[in-house]
Amino acid sequence: MERLNAAALADIENIVAKHIDQPGPTIEILHEVQDQLGYVPFEAIQKISEATGTSVAEVYGIVMFYSQFTTEPKGKHVINVCLGTACYVKGAQQLVDQVERLTGAGVNGTSEDGLFSLDATRCLGACGLAPVGIIDGKVYGNALNDPAFTKAVKKIIAEEAVEEEIVEEKAEEKV
Amino acid sequence: MTTKIGSLRDLRSLSNAHRESVLLRMDESGKKSADGKINILCCAGTGCNAGNSGNIIKAFEDGIQEAGLGHKVKVIKTGCFGLCQKGPIVAVHPDKVFYTNVKVEDVKTILEKHIIGGEVVEELQMYDIDHETSEKIFDIDKIKFYEKQQRIALQNCGVINPEEITEYISLGGYEALGKVLTELSPQEVIDEVSKSGLRGRGGAGFPTGRKWQFEAAQPGDEKYVICNADEGDPGAFMDRSILEGDPHAIIEGMAIMAYAVGAHHGYIYVRAEYPIAVNRLRIAIAQAQDYGLLGKNIFHSGFDFDLEIRLGAGAFVCGEETALIASIMGKRGMPSSKPPFPAVSGVWGKPTSINNVETLANVPQILRKGAEWYSSIGTEGSKGTKVFALGGKINNTGLVEIPMGTTLREIIYEIGGGCPNGKKFKAVQTGGPSGGCLTENELDTPIDYENLVQAGSMMGSGGMIVLDEDNCMVDVARFYLEFICDESCGKCTPCRVGTKRLLEMLTKITEGEGTMEMLEDMEDLCNEIKDTALCGLGQTAPNPVLSSLRYFRDEYIEHIVNKKCPAHVCKNLLVYHINPDKCKKCSLCARNCPAEAITGVPGKEVFKIDTEKCIKCGACISNCAFNAIERQ
Repeated sequence: MERLNAAALADIENIVAKHIDQPGPTIEILHEVQDQLGYVPFEAIQKISEATGTSVAEVYGIVMFYSQFTTEPKGKHVINVCLGTACYVKGAQQLVDQVERLTGAGVNGTSEDGLFSLDATRCLGACGLAPVGIIDGKVYGNALNDPAFTKAVKKIIAEEAVEEEIVEEKAEEKV
Repeated sequence: MTTKIGSLRDLRSLSNAHRESVLLRMDESGKKSADGKINILCCAGTGCNAGNSGNIIKAFEDGIQEAGLGHKVKVIKTGCFGLCQKGPIVAVHPDKVFYTNVKVEDVKTILEKHIIGGEVVEELQMYDIDHETSEKIFDIDKIKFYEKQQRIALQNCGVINPEEITEYISLGGYEALGKVLTELSPQEVIDEVSKSGLRGRGGAGFPTGRKWQFEAAQPGDEKYVICNADEGDPGAFMDRSILEGDPHAIIEGMAIMAYAVGAHHGYIYVRAEYPIAVNRLRIAIAQAQDYGLLGKNIFHSGFDFDLEIRLGAGAFVCGEETALIASIMGKRGMPSSKPPFPAVSGVWGKPTSINNVETLANVPQILRKGAEWYSSIGTEGSKGTKVFALGGKINNTGLVEIPMGTTLREIIYEIGGGCPNGKKFKAVQTGGPSGGCLTENELDTPIDYENLVQAGSMMGSGGMIVLDEDNCMVDVARFYLEFICDESCGKCTPCRVGTKRLLEMLTKITEGEGTMEMLEDMEDLCNEIKDTALCGLGQTAPNPVLSSLRYFRDEYIEHIVNKKCPAHVCKNLLVYHINPDKCKKCSLCARNCPAEAITGVPGKEVFKIDTEKCIKCGACISNCAFNAIERQ
């Protein structure tokens, strides 16, 4: 298993210390770890287990139970497609299919190159804009018919390809 | 340091000091205020925010500063106006002008033409068309979307700045809490709420007064109150809008409830997916503490009450009381069997009452205006108003609040403006994954708790999704079951295994592999799950299947016997082909086909789809400019 760096371990320790005195702290700690590190590493689960005196299995069970917590780091770009009912009846499934095809990331998964994560989220409450897609925090309404959303995804793919070329060229130069 | 409010008199003098500026937004006549001040209200709710209202607000502020208008124009960011479809929305008062679909570029025009020039920007203005005279109606009170509504829970949403406690106070906020703490006994508060006929707005409709009475009757001094803001129904956003637009109403409602039941500590359990709402709640709690409206010895009455926020973490089942309590205590949100009821043994094993956001938003007004006023609104068994989040295939997506007893037809056609693009209405789903669908025949049912259950659905928390002829009922039932399977906590077998089996059967039907026996098997299984599941999630999970079987059995049969999806939704039952008479041989379809299933010669030969290779993604249809591609 890949070990976490010291900074991340210190973060986890601080977060645990901050909440440990309040009653029922586990979920509060997990929220903050998820926010700060982007996922909940196994080391955090261990730390929480030690600090709260509950078993690793129980803490892991809590992490698995709630969809907000993930044990895997996310891709470089995160695309969310809302799968609330209002979006679904307006074609959100087609939108998910489209993003899968474009990025190679499966639903709630990350593409092999680590560039994209695709999350099918629950209702975001922006039902007036259905169906809704979000790319790295930017919201696109009416994303199935308005080409702005697909264009933005394609733009990222193109930019990343250029970046990769530059990296490769530099590597070649070194050789 | 803010001066603490120690008495009703303090509260009223603060209210008077801030009232004028707020009242000009509500002035019926639309005449200019005495000091010539103008208020520009911009919606900063989630919907409009996603439409870039944050930058619109900033553009207004910058533009006003540039023009040196700071002394007479004020920009106020508000909660939801309700008409999310037409957002971002900007209102200018006292002129009472509503602008819709505002873009950052429009800000300059509004400032120059309207604010400086005094001339309304007509092309941005919201209007209805009068069907008799074909004239445009601009008066906001006569616009159909608002005309039929009666706003109680949403009273302050879109009117006040939710991040400014003085605006809430200026419209009578915390007056009810002051009155309760200084003039009424806890039992008198409970009696008043009972008399008002208020019932829980989270779904089941349990009488609020009776719930409070249970907890008040428990011995001991350590008791809790909880606001359930874990709005999980996909497609519903009533509670979120109230939290975003009027957070102090919830704080006041909770304080009143705490006094009535004898609690001194409260939790607001809110979804982490609502960052704007969480942020506004945090601001509101801090402000209420500063003014002494939360904390020790509120209104010098000797009553102490404090509040904290607990974030949900994405589990639908946590809307169920016992699961929510487990989650607050930092555990997996799994329901437990009742009794013991939370009123006896809730959070940390102590007596606890849980009320939903909308229920609590009604409480301060009931105590301020009286039970008699409240119970004069609504029907025999269901008093007051109900907020619905209207979405799906409807022209005016948004938030509507109507008196109980209004018919579904009034909501869908008069307020909602019917289905867009001239499509035919097919069904309306109320109550989300726990509710059911209702058809054209049920549209004249007056809405109340009992009527909706009788029609095969339920009130639920207020999600209302309209479906048109392009939606497949089997697919929608499958969608809800998929959601339930995903969200089932796994504790009891009927829900964990039963809903999975239901989903499998539904999936088979949508893939053309269903049998007629499945329909009966599904009905049997549904009834079994209803009778035996542990909590409300499981007991109501079969409703979408049962109600669609009741009203749309023909559609199921069409899938099973003729292997056809009448709404052309279920992928496996569709065949794509190109109409040779319409094909212009442009090759656009072939170039956009990700499966390389389309062949032809550009300009020479009509294009054809290889049905073996076709993945039915629809990319060809959306790219064809000549409507040559057909789905059957």
